[in-house]
Amino acid sequence: MERIPILKMGEFLLVSIQVDMHDRLAMTLQEDLTRRIVQDRAHGVLIDISSLDVVDSFIGRMLGHIASMSRILDAETVVVGMRPAVAITLVELGLSLPGIRTALNVEKGMDMLRRASGLKHFESGEGGHVSAEG
Amino acid sequence: MSQPKDETLPIRSDQDIVIVRQTVRAWAIEQTFGLVDQTKIVTAASELARNALTHGGGGSVRLEALNNGIRKGLRLTFQDRGPGIADIELAMKDGYTTGSGLGLGLSGAKRLSNEFEIRSKPGEGTVVAITRWR
Repeated sequence: MERIPILKMGEFLLVSIQVDMHDRLAMTLQEDLTRRIVQDRAHGVLIDISSLDVVDSFIGRMLGHIASMSRILDAETVVVGMRPAVAITLVELGLSLPGIRTALNVEKGMDMLRRASGLKHFESGEGGHVSAEG
Repeated sequence: MSQPKDETLPIRSDQDIVIVRQTVRAWAIEQTFGLVDQTKIVTAASELARNALTHGGGGSVRLEALNNGIRKGLRLTFQDRGPGIADIELAMKDGYTTGSGLGLGLSGAKRLSNEFEIRSKPGEGTVVAITRWR
């Protein structure tokens, strides 16, 4: 079966959506990601959508579900690389992606995840990660 | 003047929605639409194709390349033989849904188009036509 690959990098999971997803493929990604968050004890998920030339309400809803589910599973989600034309269209469509963190590119998204995760380690008394990674 | 283009595509599976998106994109490029206009009509097409599939049990879309002598345009006519819509005004409201979606399909597609027309009879199906001019 067709699947979108999920890569593990440290305590984060990386997904780059490179194909025009049909609805079932989007659902499969949602399920795979939630499973992997638990299995890999991931603290963050980065989703790169820079290859997507269209984000409709179905894909938007999927991104929202992934963000909510990962939050419940103690992981942050950042969506990166949205194309300007896609952003304009999404707003006109009426979808503002509430609850989804976004960053301009993969680098900035990773920074965001590291900061969020560092803060978590710091608050739980594990400390050190903020200065070590920042 | 060249022969006006006209084509009808089936909408019977979520894979067909992807084909509709890709075909509408190709036609929009051929009509020399800019990137934002392309994205808008492709997104509207994706919403309406999914409506025809999930609410109408499948149907078809007719693509027409328009040229009124001044402007080029693209008209898409979605047709299904589903249960139809009893209260169109209600169905057009943002956030109203009978399914599991966000309820942005119809209202969003209208905002993404220059012209929007809907006809529906309970028991006979629904026809939605949108036009976008470049």
